[in-house]
Amino acid sequence: MWEYTDKVKDHFLHPRNVGEIENPDGVAEVGSLACGDALKLTFRLDENKRIKEAKFKTFGCASAIASSSALTEIIKGMTLDEALKVTNRDIAKYLGGLPAEKMHCSVLGKQALEKAIENYRGLPSAKTDEKIVCECFGVTDKEIEKAIRENNLTTVEEVTNYTKAGGGCGSCHEEIQAIIEKIKKEAKPDVKPKMTNLQKIQLIQETIEREIRPSLKHDGGDIEIIDIIGNRVMVATRGACATCKASNITLKNFVELKLREFVAPDLVVEEVEQ
Amino acid sequence: MSVIYLDNNATTQVAEEVLEAMLPYFREFYGNPSSMHTFGGQVGQKIRAAREQVAALIGALPEEIIFTSCGTESDNSAIRSALTTQPDKKHIVTSRVEHPAVRALCAHLATQGYRITELPVDKNGILDLENLEKSMTPDTAVVSLMWGNNETGVIFPVEEAAAMAHDRGILFHTDAVQTVGKIHINMKNNVIDMLSISGHKLHAPKGIGVLYIRRGTKYVPFLIGGHQEKERRGGTENAPSIIGLGKACELAAKNMEKENTYVKKLRDKLEAELLKRIPQSRVNGDTNDRLPNTTNISFEYVEGEAILLLMNELGICASSGSACTSGSLQPSHVLRAMGVPFTMAHGSVRFSLSIYNTDKEIDFVIDKMPAIIERLRGMSPFWNQSCTNQ
Repeated sequence: MWEYTDKVKDHFLHPRNVGEIENPDGVAEVGSLACGDALKLTFRLDENKRIKEAKFKTFGCASAIASSSALTEIIKGMTLDEALKVTNRDIAKYLGGLPAEKMHCSVLGKQALEKAIENYRGLPSAKTDEKIVCECFGVTDKEIEKAIRENNLTTVEEVTNYTKAGGGCGSCHEEIQAIIEKIKKEAKPDVKPKMTNLQKIQLIQETIEREIRPSLKHDGGDIEIIDIIGNRVMVATRGACATCKASNITLKNFVELKLREFVAPDLVVEEVEQ
Repeated sequence: MSVIYLDNNATTQVAEEVLEAMLPYFREFYGNPSSMHTFGGQVGQKIRAAREQVAALIGALPEEIIFTSCGTESDNSAIRSALTTQPDKKHIVTSRVEHPAVRALCAHLATQGYRITELPVDKNGILDLENLEKSMTPDTAVVSLMWGNNETGVIFPVEEAAAMAHDRGILFHTDAVQTVGKIHINMKNNVIDMLSISGHKLHAPKGIGVLYIRRGTKYVPFLIGGHQEKERRGGTENAPSIIGLGKACELAAKNMEKENTYVKKLRDKLEAELLKRIPQSRVNGDTNDRLPNTTNISFEYVEGEAILLLMNELGICASSGSACTSGSLQPSHVLRAMGVPFTMAHGSVRFSLSIYNTDKEIDFVIDKMPAIIERLRGMSPFWNQSCTNQ
């Protein structure tokens, strides 16, 4: 069932300003067919440089159509600077709210507006150093990098969950993977060939904290270092890991691999019960 | 506003006769079928009769019928039992288009040390049995393949698949939730070990299901408790629903022909007329080997949720495989497995009929759909471009 407000239903069933303005002052197209959401926005200014008319064409669900309709109503009569201050939250608010999973529909409207104004002003995008990686949801490389760094993301799937990037047509998965690899390399500290035992223990602890624990916690598990003897790292499993039949695979394929990568290539992880 | 219900693969109307059969077991005869006294015991007799009615529909023995709470419980019980009774085997073969009751369970089992092979389907949703042959190993505990697909209606050759699994001593389970009552099934003519049925897909109420277990198949219960169902499923019997399901199975046997003539004719008419009247539309899934009540049609350049909402305004109920209706970012896993282009998958609508639909209703839908699609295409930025391209 659709949990839409009456305002959303009204703007879906009776959308305002559907169509295209001929010879518009500003025009923008965002989204794509493959992603299930796309919007073409056109506007014309009056003699006072205020938005006289705005029209849209939208491919998408009810909330995408309603968001587009709301956007064209909101910006009518505004100067371009005023219009640029309109946020996707304003669009959602105008509609009396949108379901959480439909918020990206209002983001689409915001993106189209920015792009149409840039088109009118003939200005390049203000975010020239950023590049859109996920065309479907308009996620840039910088946004993806930030999410990876802040949340220690290691897989494309995790990036999708955090940023939506890669959740549509999937054509950007390789690019996302490349960004993950790039950041992984950056994060890799210069391991000096000769470490004192104390340095090694410290680095193991740091690596577990930074590279391993967040992923395990994500699944409700954890590990604890019991002892380090030479190149043998003794760990005990905690939480979900302790009862998970696959924990041995996790220890070998994930924990050991990470420790070898970040600390020393000859480390061996052993599970002990404690 | 009257409702035109074309969403029978989601759930069905409880048949009037079924409801009538059930009501006394809510009101007067509320006894526990396991009780010593006649008051309860007589309910037990009705349950025995219902078990015979269910068995008769699929050519099974009454003792091969276990009542469960739903199709999902039946699927879970079957697959878990197959694994528990063969602790050394760690491999499961299934398909990419299964219902979540099997698919999500297998995804979960993959995290518990089991290896899952999901067989692909072709662009028409058809399974290649050669792939099944190649996928089975000495480590395979169970092959679980659905009989009829809930989204497209495409029928898998499960009887052949079961024979292939048997040749290698592998258990075979099928989710026949969409199939039972729609096409003729006779368990005497196949070697399927386990089969799942859901009551509410064949005009019985929600909350009742069946797991068929072939006699002689090792079984470990999923719900452990009392001695009910010959100690194969604990929990006091859902007497009214079991009795209702018995009645529904009896009706299904009677209506089987109608399902394959009357319902099929309505479905074929709906499909043919929509394809004719709405340009750039196409059917998803094989149309030769298909459930008689289902059609899945994609309307390009429009989005499914928007279509459903406009249909909803007219009281027409259907489903869509679009991303926006699933609550996820991706369209239906079934359509993706078939390689339906995203542009088509987003605009897919599933119509699923029942014997209660009328010719008048279908005419109404045929009459209204073109305007709905046209209206949304009029709003779509791709539609004009696409027209001028041609």
